[in-house]
Amino acid sequence: MPTVSMTVNGKQVTADIAPNTLLVSFLRENLRLTGTHVGCDTSQCGACVIHINGESAKSCTMLALQADGAEVTTIEGLAKGNDLHPMQKAFQENHGLQCGFCTTGMIMSAVDLVKKHGKPDDATIRKGLEGNICRCTGYQNIVKSVKAAAQEMEG
Amino acid sequence: MYQFDYQRPETLDEAVALLKEDCKLLAGGQTLLPTMKQRLAQPEALVDLGAIDSLRGVCPDDDKLAIGAMTTHAEVASKADIPALACLAAGIGDPQVRNRGTIGGSVANNDPAADYPAALLGLNAQVTTNKRVINADDFFVDLFETALEENEIIINVTFPRPQAAAYVKFDNPASRYAIVGVFVAKTGSGVRVAVTGAGPCVFRHKGLETALNNNFSAQAIEGVSVSAAGLNSDIHASADYRANLIKVLTKRAVAQIGG
Repeated sequence: MPTVSMTVNGKQVTADIAPNTLLVSFLRENLRLTGTHVGCDTSQCGACVIHINGESAKSCTMLALQADGAEVTTIEGLAKGNDLHPMQKAFQENHGLQCGFCTTGMIMSAVDLVKKHGKPDDATIRKGLEGNICRCTGYQNIVKSVKAAAQEMEG
Repeated sequence: MYQFDYQRPETLDEAVALLKEDCKLLAGGQTLLPTMKQRLAQPEALVDLGAIDSLRGVCPDDDKLAIGAMTTHAEVASKADIPALACLAAGIGDPQVRNRGTIGGSVANNDPAADYPAALLGLNAQVTTNKRVINADDFFVDLFETALEENEIIINVTFPRPQAAAYVKFDNPASRYAIVGVFVAKTGSGVRVAVTGAGPCVFRHKGLETALNNNFSAQAIEGVSVSAAGLNSDIHASADYRANLIKVLTKRAVAQIGG
């Protein structure tokens, strides 16, 4: 079996894996980082969004071997110790979730969105989260959370 | 997913040497991997082009713009200095798909509803492979079919700079694929109108081109007849509806350019 090496949340990991291992399976099953979810497994819902070399990507639509040599960040890598990332805090404070299933992917996409757009308006946030589907909340508080976090992330 | 072999060469020559029967090139994987999950494609081996740095990047020149095959849609959206092309790339899929999907992968797949084929055909682009240079007019052959041979790898796509251009699509709100997309370009050799999403393969509409060459205005399109014969009919839109959309979107593109 081929060997894959990557940095996940700052830690170097190396493993022998079958080529058909999806990145999301590698993260969840090999590394036990189960914060990254599998929703649709067809690259539509965004529950599996992670960052690869700083860019958001759907980890159900990547082979783990494609991430060889890459820097991967998952939801588990956002907080600094007990200090939540401003985006995590904003989702908590603005009730940006109900069941929580989509939340980790939503937060990973939103962090990339704010990084690229600074202080996005509502339309930019809604368009930027097109690749993430929430089946509970209706997005209102998600947009509110992202807006609130954008203030914190800039300041 | 089923078992397959995987190679990740670091040079183009290595990649070419690895190509064999029943093997597929993996670019961004945003179409190929979902297709393999559904077993609509079942290659025995993948050759991943992701580690070949020379295939990536946007390279502007005075009269043209060359884009490496492995350049992502997000990079084209932010770096291509042909606005219609950057805007087209910014409207593909969703942000995560744009961060991984590549121009080379998209044109090699030639999905009938993909956006890039319209840009290549509209702008009269050239596809450079490890073997030859192919004009866009000869590249897109039929449904999911291109002029590429089995052991041919796209290196880059070169777009001549248009005098003006615009791409307008009527997209599927879920997938962002074009139900119909029209790319209109004013070039040194006349107006080109490329249509994606409407038929089994991207095509130029000669009737619209002739009308716009005579009079580059939205009114000039009124009298052009766009036939529904051979156009796609599916749950999203009938062939007649698509034929109408071709005219409407061409008008919008012309208006955007200022005609």
